[in-house]
Amino acid sequence: MSAFHDAGAPRSLFTDANASSNSAPARYLSRADCEAIARKVLSYSTADEARVTISSGVSGNTRFAVNQVSTAGDTYDAVVTMRSVFGKRAASATTNKLDDASLRAVVQRAEALARLAPEDPEALPELGPQQYRATEAGWSEATATLDPAGRANAVKAVTEPSRGANLTSTGYLETNAGAFAIANSKGLFAYRRQTSSSMTTTVRTPDGTGSGWAGASHHDWTKIDAGALGARAIDKAKRSVNPVAIEPGRYTVVLEPTAVANLVQLIAGSLGARNADEGRSFFSKPGGGTKIGMKVVDERVTLSSDPFDPETPGAPFTFDGTPVGANTWIDKGVVKNLAYDRYWAQKQGVAPSSVSGLRMSGGTATLEEMIASTQRGLLVTRLWYIRGVDPRTILFTGLTRDGTFLIENGKITRAVKNLRWNESPIFMLNNLEMMGVPVRVSASEDGSPGQAIVVPPVKARDFNFTSLSDAV
Amino acid sequence: MPLNRRDFLLGTTAAAAAAALGARSASALPTGPLPSPGDPAIRALAMRALDAAKSGGAEYADVRIAQNRTQFVATRERRVQGLADGETFGAGVRALVGGAWGFAATSDLSPDGIAAAARQAVAQAKANRAAQVRPHQLAPVTPTPNGEWKSPIKVDPFEVPVADKVALLLAANEAALKVKGVRFVTSGMNFLREEKTFASTDGTYTVQTLYRTTPNMNITAVAADNSDFQSRQSTEVAPMGRGYEHVTESDFVGNAPKWAGEAAEKLAAKPVEVGRYDLILNPSNLFLTIHESVAHPTELDRVLGFEANYAGTSFVTPPEKVLGQLKYGSPLMNIQADRNQVGSLAACGWDDEGVQPETYMIIKDGVVVDYQTTREQAPYLDWWYRKSGKTMRSHGNSYAQSWADVQFQRMPNVSLLPGEKDYVWEDLISATDRGIAIVGNGSFSIDQQRYNGQFAGQLFYEIKGGKVVGMLKDVAYQFRTPEFWGSLDMIGGKRSYWLGGANNDGKGQPSQSNAVSHGCVPSRFRNVNVINTGRTA
Repeated sequence: MSAFHDAGAPRSLFTDANASSNSAPARYLSRADCEAIARKVLSYSTADEARVTISSGVSGNTRFAVNQVSTAGDTYDAVVTMRSVFGKRAASATTNKLDDASLRAVVQRAEALARLAPEDPEALPELGPQQYRATEAGWSEATATLDPAGRANAVKAVTEPSRGANLTSTGYLETNAGAFAIANSKGLFAYRRQTSSSMTTTVRTPDGTGSGWAGASHHDWTKIDAGALGARAIDKAKRSVNPVAIEPGRYTVVLEPTAVANLVQLIAGSLGARNADEGRSFFSKPGGGTKIGMKVVDERVTLSSDPFDPETPGAPFTFDGTPVGANTWIDKGVVKNLAYDRYWAQKQGVAPSSVSGLRMSGGTATLEEMIASTQRGLLVTRLWYIRGVDPRTILFTGLTRDGTFLIENGKITRAVKNLRWNESPIFMLNNLEMMGVPVRVSASEDGSPGQAIVVPPVKARDFNFTSLSDAV
Repeated sequence: MPLNRRDFLLGTTAAAAAAALGARSASALPTGPLPSPGDPAIRALAMRALDAAKSGGAEYADVRIAQNRTQFVATRERRVQGLADGETFGAGVRALVGGAWGFAATSDLSPDGIAAAARQAVAQAKANRAAQVRPHQLAPVTPTPNGEWKSPIKVDPFEVPVADKVALLLAANEAALKVKGVRFVTSGMNFLREEKTFASTDGTYTVQTLYRTTPNMNITAVAADNSDFQSRQSTEVAPMGRGYEHVTESDFVGNAPKWAGEAAEKLAAKPVEVGRYDLILNPSNLFLTIHESVAHPTELDRVLGFEANYAGTSFVTPPEKVLGQLKYGSPLMNIQADRNQVGSLAACGWDDEGVQPETYMIIKDGVVVDYQTTREQAPYLDWWYRKSGKTMRSHGNSYAQSWADVQFQRMPNVSLLPGEKDYVWEDLISATDRGIAIVGNGSFSIDQQRYNGQFAGQLFYEIKGGKVVGMLKDVAYQFRTPEFWGSLDMIGGKRSYWLGGANNDGKGQPSQSNAVSHGCVPSRFRNVNVINTGRTA
């Protein structure tokens, strides 16, 4: 990617579609591009302080349905957001037009808005220059250069075996390559480029009685084996036909890693320290304060995040430029830390902290061992339509989907109909019986790469299923 | 009317610069202040895209060039948390080559940039032919060579001073904070203006300006000893396809004390006893249940399996055994689809395939009679339309959330029509011996074929002997869709019709948000399963 030759003119960011795309460059703004834009935008500022963020990149996707490609797309965009500050008044404006006139206009809009904003008693000055640990974790050339033909080939690795097995595959492949930069009027500059990719498929039987899912997510596309993923979904679809109804109630569950991630990632959304201090969070201590230092889940559970972990790469800085490092949130079952933004950290006298990627500790048990040790229980592939019910306990509801099986006397005996559950990851992690080796999974509901998350399969008792679903 | 206005806040110098540009030649580059949708420069760009797609081998192509302007104001108690203004401008080009789709989008709106995107869409389609089994076919469309449409707003929200917006929200927060037990309040307003030009190789060229206005408020009361907290959201104020008049008429300052009092009252409410109850659902609750249990399962792409990997399929299948035959609910159930209710979120002149939307019945007297369709989907129902004596055409239900996203089947407004008897909310309560009345929408979840749903709300009232006897909490109702709608036995009349809606209707991969309204009336459902969601950690 070359730097701007003439920042005043729009650039063509697409390669010639008639040319070979094997060496198509990833379309995102380089560090030099971002520095140049940031310098220019900040030079237009008349505010006391200013911050500019620049997000750019390309997203490519291919959808398939009923064993063929249904839609596909490639989208490039670059977005500049200006935050202007006058004393304790601040506001932002955003544009995706990078010519000089538009960049001037976005600065003027931000400044006009900021002058109208009331003073914010919680306003903090912009950060000065920060030291950021250099990292290329989260970048993959293979992902950045995967083209539509490469995506179509990966799709065929699922659709053709599915059609050959007289099954119907539907699915989605997404890749992203982009960059994010922050600069401010105090000399701070941060830049990171990142890739992400995911592939998911749902394979159904022609009679509509069986459905199997498999998915994977990684910043490095070469770590995703489309053929193997398709084979898993095909196998699950075949095994899940003609499910039988079982009574709702409390069951021992063997949760595959995706189902575990579906639940455990919900804890991350409740880690805000301010809500806890204010008495409106699971992490609020009755009587006041937070649950830091209190045991809340099984002592085998440690929940951490580290943007430099090659399996859970994340941004090494926040949107205001605060450096992000490794954090342990729950240590051997005990709440170790909560997420503090700059303001609340300063107020409470602690260091700022935020979640970037998520990793849960595990054990050594295999899925087979978990199943073999279960007298009566359910094997769950994944969970879906998960929505909050009660923030006091991080209670959510949702359903099992695309591969739910009855375990009897240590063996999978048959497919069962899906079930609605009302459960909290906190309760589940208090009822642990066994854990397996943690793996990276695709845990988003919509098949997008989602946050990087590494979790183990687990066996847990007393999982609360509240009603039966006829959905396949 | 297409706009020639340059909407820069508070008359910045950019506006003056825009005015100085005057009329553009068709070859002018759209740099700096943007041309308006009706501008010859936009038409020239659209034609450039279509020409590039056709010369690349597309049998059909369309292009959407859009500018979205957004603004949000977010407050918390006595401070402004966020104040932001956004704009995004770009084009999405869709091309059909050999029956396979390709799509590309770009924010590079030079003539060369948009042509490159068109060629990219064609290249996509050619790459996708390798995995194509059955070519896509499009239903015929009557071209609209010069169409214009604009949301019928009274006050452009982008013309209202930000100071007024901030003052209104902070005054509402202050009114809520005066209520004992209330510790936290957030409130906000979101505005969108989308200026969208559509052109297709079928000869359609339309220019539309759509607005959306979303005011919101959330009030939290906390027990003195931090043992409990309860929130009340302003869900009876729905997002709408209206202007700033929607904010003014929603009267947050006047309503805040009432909502705050209800949040505090919830702390002392009686936990519900698990069991079966007759439910009286306020339209502010029912609209979301309609969205999930009626509108989604009657989307034809779901029925055909196209959404199986994310949003799911549908129990309303197969069409040949459903249409005219499947009893979805009681005879009181009449479900209409439209994109023309005034102030509704899905209202527009043309969909994102250039089709003028129809108003049509999906369910009549409890029986399924149609599905939601696009040009690609309508041919699947040709047999049904012939049998019914109707012309096969798209219902105009194609939509993309922005220029950067491909259009596909999205629901229009899907509404429960009022009953013949002019009942209102109070009449339903008076007629109920033992039940729960639910106001506002809360937690919601439904399975991938839309059978098993679980829904909560904002306020729950116990009914005994035709009277409200107190407030309940921790209520959620669970159902199986056909039984639930089959148990509908009393509905409100025209006077009680209310238009709810949501901006966050997710579907598709990559997931897109659709904005859609659902009109409905107070309704009673008999003998519905109610659970208690309160558990202790």
